[in-house]
Amino acid sequence: MTASRWQTFSPVWNQLHQFQDEMNRLFDRWGNGNPLAGAARFPALNVWEEGEEVWVEAELPGLNLKDLEIYVSGGNQLTVKGERKPNLPDNGVWHRQERAFGAFARTLSLPFPVDADKVDARLENGVLRIRLNKHESARPRKIAVKAE
Amino acid sequence: MLANITSSPAKDRAEARPESTRGGVFFTPRVDIVETDGELTLFAEVPGVKPDDVDLRYEKGELLLHARVQPRGERSVVLLQEYDEGDFFRAFTIHESIDSGRITAECKNGMLTVHLPKVEAVRPRQIAVRGE
Repeated sequence: MTASRWQTFSPVWNQLHQFQDEMNRLFDRWGNGNPLAGAARFPALNVWEEGEEVWVEAELPGLNLKDLEIYVSGGNQLTVKGERKPNLPDNGVWHRQERAFGAFARTLSLPFPVDADKVDARLENGVLRIRLNKHESARPRKIAVKAE
Repeated sequence: MLANITSSPAKDRAEARPESTRGGVFFTPRVDIVETDGELTLFAEVPGVKPDDVDLRYEKGELLLHARVQPRGERSVVLLQEYDEGDFFRAFTIHESIDSGRITAECKNGMLTVHLPKVEAVRPRQIAVRGE
């Protein structure tokens, strides 16, 4: 049923050639056609530092904060876990499926220890933003220099 | 085949990109398109886009999706950069069996859902068969 749909795909969405290009690109990106080569990389992360704070950002469109598990372990290991669910309506037929789904988990080693109790996560318009605080031991310390 | 893939690599840069007056890069949003009896439904990933910043238009049988992402400010010390941010753009050619006047869309959690209702004439119809 679904397979035959693909044959009649182009009259409705004149993009069959684009789909093929995209398939090629998908495999190019993952390297040698091995889909697992990129499996550990979701979600992609941007991380930056601002004084005492470390910010981690990821794009997770369609997810809610309650679908995510975020925790710090071992002092500097940040883990983001969750699951993306497919959105197939009842009796629906796929014309195109580019969005991936399934469980994911990613652990990031931060370059310094963070305070596991002070983790703040927000998910706004599909962008996850996690604010972490550097642990006391990682903060710069002013050393008083006494003269004589 | 794609159904078993659990990862999604970093975003694609648009190949045929329109010129932007703001400069910067356009990204091609990933989409799912599902057909039901009454409509085609398009789900597009537009992370970072507020509902007000989506520009969706239909002209000459083409559905044009343009979504703006608010600039996210300066970042002084970058530790890891795995993806870039920028506006989204994508165009779709639509068959005339879509009732363009009744196209609706909503945007929530960085997901844009577009409903493309079929014109009455192409909807499957149950035909009652009477005996006698």
